[in-house]
Amino acid sequence: MNILFPTSVEAALDALQVNPTARVMAGGTDLLVKRRAGSETPEIVVCMEKVADISCIEVQEDRIRIGAATTMSGLLDNTDIRERLPLLHRAAEVFASPLVRNMATIGGNICTASPAADTLPPLHVLGAEVEIYSSSGKRCIPISDFVVAPGRTSLASGELLGAVIVPVPQGRTIGYFEKVGKRKALAIAVVSLAALLRVESNVITEARLAWGSVGPTVVRCSDVESQLIGSAPTLDTFRSVGESVRRAIHPISDVRASAEYRMEVAVNLLLRLAEQAADPTGIKVGF
Amino acid sequence: MIISFVLDGEEQTLDVDGGLRAVDVLREYCGVTAPKEGCGTGECGACAVLVDGETRLSCLMLAAQMNGCIVTTAQGLGTDGPHPVQEALADLGGVQCGYCTPGIAVTAAEFLERNPDPTRKEIRDALSGNLCRCTGYHKIVDAVEDAAKRLQKEHGRGE
Repeated sequence: MNILFPTSVEAALDALQVNPTARVMAGGTDLLVKRRAGSETPEIVVCMEKVADISCIEVQEDRIRIGAATTMSGLLDNTDIRERLPLLHRAAEVFASPLVRNMATIGGNICTASPAADTLPPLHVLGAEVEIYSSSGKRCIPISDFVVAPGRTSLASGELLGAVIVPVPQGRTIGYFEKVGKRKALAIAVVSLAALLRVESNVITEARLAWGSVGPTVVRCSDVESQLIGSAPTLDTFRSVGESVRRAIHPISDVRASAEYRMEVAVNLLLRLAEQAADPTGIKVGF
Repeated sequence: MIISFVLDGEEQTLDVDGGLRAVDVLREYCGVTAPKEGCGTGECGACAVLVDGETRLSCLMLAAQMNGCIVTTAQGLGTDGPHPVQEALADLGGVQCGYCTPGIAVTAAEFLERNPDPTRKEIRDALSGNLCRCTGYHKIVDAVEDAAKRLQKEHGRGE
């Protein structure tokens, strides 16, 4: 196996141009596991760890640009992420283990495109966009258009994920993220739910909900979201949309859980969200 | 490819396939058997080493990625003898079969450097990527707690 270490985005794009079959490796925590299992046998690997341009976190007015090669530990240690994007911070906290977090990157988590990816539900409700580089320039698309199927993204040959751009929620919003796994560390989500609510005068005025691990990619449900708007953030309100959630999600049975169990948990997580939303202390974002 | 790195304080220059795993190169080419292979998929932490001072899984790292780095295994952890974490693990029964111990030792040593006065919960969180099938973890957590005190005392004396 030939390993290339470009030190700039341009050099990385050149390497991909010259070697169309090369695999991009960020932290390697998925790729090298797949190589060991024999499901990935790359001959050329373009390793991104020395590309400094895409491993920094920058605050830009009302959004934060996170370089694709930022590690999960890098996200956790960053004050701006902790204070302004606590939803994403929470996802990094429950991601794998400290050892894996030191290596795995946000770009890798997005590009691996697992239905259970921890960062994807928060990125969906936050309205994140991804910045894609190619030799002909840069394009920006919503994260919901980027991940198209399990393990598949809309990256074309020769393209590279450079950064994820996350708008910082303005005003008082209620954020929630919960991952249900078989254990606390090193677990793949059985079901996860990220939510971002805006509540004004005890009425929900904006609701974004995204489930992980209950469909081929993250599941947003506009039906559920519009039903919530205009109601008070009470347990009854969240209970009343349970049927719509059941219609929207399509979990499978696998080694971690049965489809029926996932369905129950996906609906029940809304009840925890209700507890969060009913918190009268006026917290900006909490879990 | 030629890779050069500092391993437990000693310069190493090897001509190896850069696509080999770091754990295999350390064990089979360098003869340093502290990093163990447990799961080979990043889930057990037995192969943990320090790379430029940060804990990494050597089973999910390529030989080529060690080039130019400072790699420290449990074997090179103490300078004039065992590291206080290693002493505490031995003294408090945190070692049984010993397979997970090198990974636990480097993970805990790096953690205590960042957090010299941790709570038990913080210790558990820090070691949540290191599996042990013998001890049941209580004694390991006791040992890391004790090592924190040993290190605080050591630093107190040094000042």
